Amino acid sequence: MSVDPRRRHHDMGGLEAGPIERDEHDKAPWEKRVDALMRLLSDETRALLTVDELRRAIEDLGPQAYDQYRYYERWMAAITALLLEKNVIDVSELGERMAAVEQRQRAARRPPAGSQEGTGND
Amino acid sequence: MTEPTYPVGARVRVKALYPPGHVRTPSYCRGRTGVVERYLGTFPNPEQLAYQHPKPERLPLYRIRFSEPELWESYEGGDGDVLELELYEPWLEPAEEKAP
Repeated sequence: MSVDPRRRHHDMGGLEAGPIERDEHDKAPWEKRVDALMRLLSDETRALLTVDELRRAIEDLGPQAYDQYRYYERWMAAITALLLEKNVIDVSELGERMAAVEQRQRAARRPPAGSQEGTGND
Repeated sequence: MTEPTYPVGARVRVKALYPPGHVRTPSYCRGRTGVVERYLGTFPNPEQLAYQHPKPERLPLYRIRFSEPELWESYEGGDGDVLELELYEPWLEPAEEKAP
């Protein structure tokens, strides 16, 4: 017998998965931050999240997001959803903050004053 | 620690339930029969913890041993290979003894 079609999307045990990637790879800084964030939010003093809630929120992302997102992107999406659900942050606060970060990043990429725009060199 | 309902060596079947929410029982073992390998004590119910339950109940947890060739129809490993899963008691029911 194989895996029952009533399984939920994330419940992939027993499905064909191809070869296993065995190479070690270092985590990107943002991935380490997401990991640290989860640990801080779920520690004993803060106790704002449980790993069980994290899993539930990841499972509820839906098949498309679940497949598209990388490991820590799933964490980030799930942590965000849970913090909104628990009123730790609110939607407009998050929107403002995301726009501010985006602007900061754009400013950092802007060529220094005086340089010719559109030359594409240097 | 509460007394476990199923002693070591008892044959148990995993309930073939498919609720929509967060569960800790992989679908590939549901409806399958295994043997109690050990009793692990009680733990807060993760299916309640996942939904912010303020006072989750403590559930008995067992390690259940399954036969790999029984689990997978095209299993290519050894006949004696086993797979062990940690499962909470509400997912288990008694199974009849294996026919000789």
